Amino acid sequence: MMIQKKSWAGTLTKKYGRYWYKFKSNKISLVGLGVIVFVAVIAIFAPWITPYPTSAGLYVNFSQQKLPPSLAHPFGTDEFGRDLLTRVAFGFRYSLTLVAVVLSISVAPGVVLGLIAGYYVNRWFSAVIMRIADVFVAVPPLLLALSVASVLTPSAINAMMAVSLAWWPWYTRLVYSIASSLRNEDYVKAAELVGASPTHIMFKEIFPNALGSILTKVTLDAGWVILIGAALSYVGLGAQAPTPDLGTMISEGSQYLPASWWISIFPACAIVAVILGFNLLGDGVNDMFSSSIK
Amino acid sequence: MIARVLPGDPARLALGPRAPQQAVDALRAELHLNDPIFVQYWYWLSGVFTGNWGISLFTQRNVLIDVSEFLPATVELILAAAIIDLALAIPLGMLAGRMANTFVDNTVRIISYIGIAIPAFVVAIILQLTLGYGLHIFPIIGRLDQSIQPPPRITGLYVIDGLITGNFSVAANALWHLVLPAFALALGPIAQEARILRSSVVENLNKDYTLAEISHGLPERIITLKYLMKPSLIPMITIYALDISSQIANAFLIELIFNWPGFSRYGLNAMLSKDLNAIVATVMVAGIMFVVANTIVDLVVSYLDPRIRFQAESEE
Repeated sequence: MMIQKKSWAGTLTKKYGRYWYKFKSNKISLVGLGVIVFVAVIAIFAPWITPYPTSAGLYVNFSQQKLPPSLAHPFGTDEFGRDLLTRVAFGFRYSLTLVAVVLSISVAPGVVLGLIAGYYVNRWFSAVIMRIADVFVAVPPLLLALSVASVLTPSAINAMMAVSLAWWPWYTRLVYSIASSLRNEDYVKAAELVGASPTHIMFKEIFPNALGSILTKVTLDAGWVILIGAALSYVGLGAQAPTPDLGTMISEGSQYLPASWWISIFPACAIVAVILGFNLLGDGVNDMFSSSIK
Repeated sequence: MIARVLPGDPARLALGPRAPQQAVDALRAELHLNDPIFVQYWYWLSGVFTGNWGISLFTQRNVLIDVSEFLPATVELILAAAIIDLALAIPLGMLAGRMANTFVDNTVRIISYIGIAIPAFVVAIILQLTLGYGLHIFPIIGRLDQSIQPPPRITGLYVIDGLITGNFSVAANALWHLVLPAFALALGPIAQEARILRSSVVENLNKDYTLAEISHGLPERIITLKYLMKPSLIPMITIYALDISSQIANAFLIELIFNWPGFSRYGLNAMLSKDLNAIVATVMVAGIMFVVANTIVDLVVSYLDPRIRFQAESEE
C-alpha cells in the first residue's frame, strides 16, 4: 500500500514538478501566489479571525464613528462606527467570489465556442460565432457590463452576470486562433484518419494544447474582473449595503475625504493588493507554460 | 438590442410610477414599444441615419443633440490621455528594454505593476487629494475656473477653441484642468504598454539585423531610435488602440469624480436612470470609437511594418 502511494506521488511530481520548478524560479510570481493565498485564507476565515465580526453587517455604533487608525481599529472605523479592518476582510470574500463566478461562467462557454469555431473554421457557423464575439469585443467590457447591470436590479448576482457577459468572447477569440492553426497539425490529421470523432479531436487533441494559454489568461484576467467589479460597485450597481464590498466602501468613503481619508484609502489599498497579486501570479503562470527560456 | 430584451418598461420608467395607465399606453404606442422587436430595430436603424436618434427620456431632447453637446468634452479628455499615454509609455518602454535587467528596468517594472493594479478611479481620488486639496497645484473639478467664460464653440474642445480664437489664457486654464483627469485615465494604459514595448525591444535586440547594425558600428542612439523602435512599436500600438477605445468606458468614473461635463458622465447617468435611447447611443458611440481607433492603428502599423504594406500592394 505504501509503495503504491509513493509511486502515485512520484508520477505526480514528475508530471507537475517541472511546472512548479519553472514557476518558483521567478521570485516575483511566488510573491503573487503568497498574496493570493493570504487573501483567500482571510476571506474564507473572515468571521472567525476578524476582531469585530458584527461590523460586517447592519451594525451601528455612533460613539465609535470615523475613528482614525489606532491599535483597537488598525484601519479606523467608518461613518457608522464599523471596524474597517473587519469590513475589508469581508470585502475580500465578495471580490474573490466575483472572480470565481465570472470566470467559471464565462470561460467554459467561451472556450467551447472557440474550439468549435476554430475546428470547423470554414463552416458557416464558425463565422457566425466569431462575428457575434467581435460585436461583444467592440464594446469595452466595462461599458457592456455597466449597461447590462443598469437594466437589471442592482445586486451582487446580477453584477456577476453582467461582467460574465462581457468576458466570454475574449476566450472564444483566444481559443479560436489556437484551434484554427492547430487543426492543420499532423497529429490532428492523423486522429481524423483513424476515425476519431470531432468531439475527441476538439477536447482531447486540441484543447490540451490550448490549456496553457487559457490558464495564463484566466489568472491575468482575475485582476481585471476585480477592477470592473469594483467600478460597478463604485456607481452602486454591485453588492448592496450592508454587504461589505471594497468598491462600495471606496465610493462611500470618498464623501469624507480628505479629513477621514482612511475610510476609502484602506479599501483602495486592499483592492490594489489583490489585483497586484493576481497579476504577479499570472506572470508566473505565463512563464510556466511558455517554452522559451528568458 | 440587448437593452430591449431585458425586463423593465421604458415608458413606465419615463413617466414615473404614479402616472396614469393611459399615459403610459400612449407613450408606449408613440415609442413603438408594442411592435415586435425587429420592427423596433428597423425604426431605430432608420432613425440613426436620418438624425433621429430617439428622445432621451431623461433630458427630453433628441439624443443626437445630447451627444453633440457632451461628446467634445470627453473627446478632449481622451485625446489628452492618449497623448500623455504615448509620451510616457514609449520612453519608459524603450528605456526599460535597452537597459533590461538593470536598476532602471526594475524601477519601470515596479511602476507598471502598480499602475496596472490601481483602478483608475482610485488614481483619480489620490491625485485629487494630493495635488488638488493638499498642494493646490491643480484644480479639482470642472473644465474651466468658474470665473472664466468658455471660448466660442468651434470644435467644442476648449483648449483648441481657445487657441483658434486667440484666448490663450482660456486655453491654458482648460489645459490645466485637463492634466489630472487625463493622467488618471492614462496611467493604466501607460503601465501596460510600457511592459509590452519593453519585451518586444528585448526580443528585437537579439535579432540578426540588430547585431548587424551593431557590428557595422552604427551609433547606439541611431540604432535605438531609428531601427529598433519601429518594429518594437507594433505590438504596443495594437494594444494602444484597444486601450484608447475602451477609455470612453474608463472615463465614466473619472468624469464623475472630476465633475467633468462630458459624454461619459451623460452615459453613466443614462444607465443609472435606465434611459434606453441614451444607453444605446452611448454603446454606439463607443463602437464607433473602437472602429476609428483600430482603423487608424492599422494604417500606422502598415507604415511601421513594410511587410504588411508590400503584401497589401502585391494583392492589388
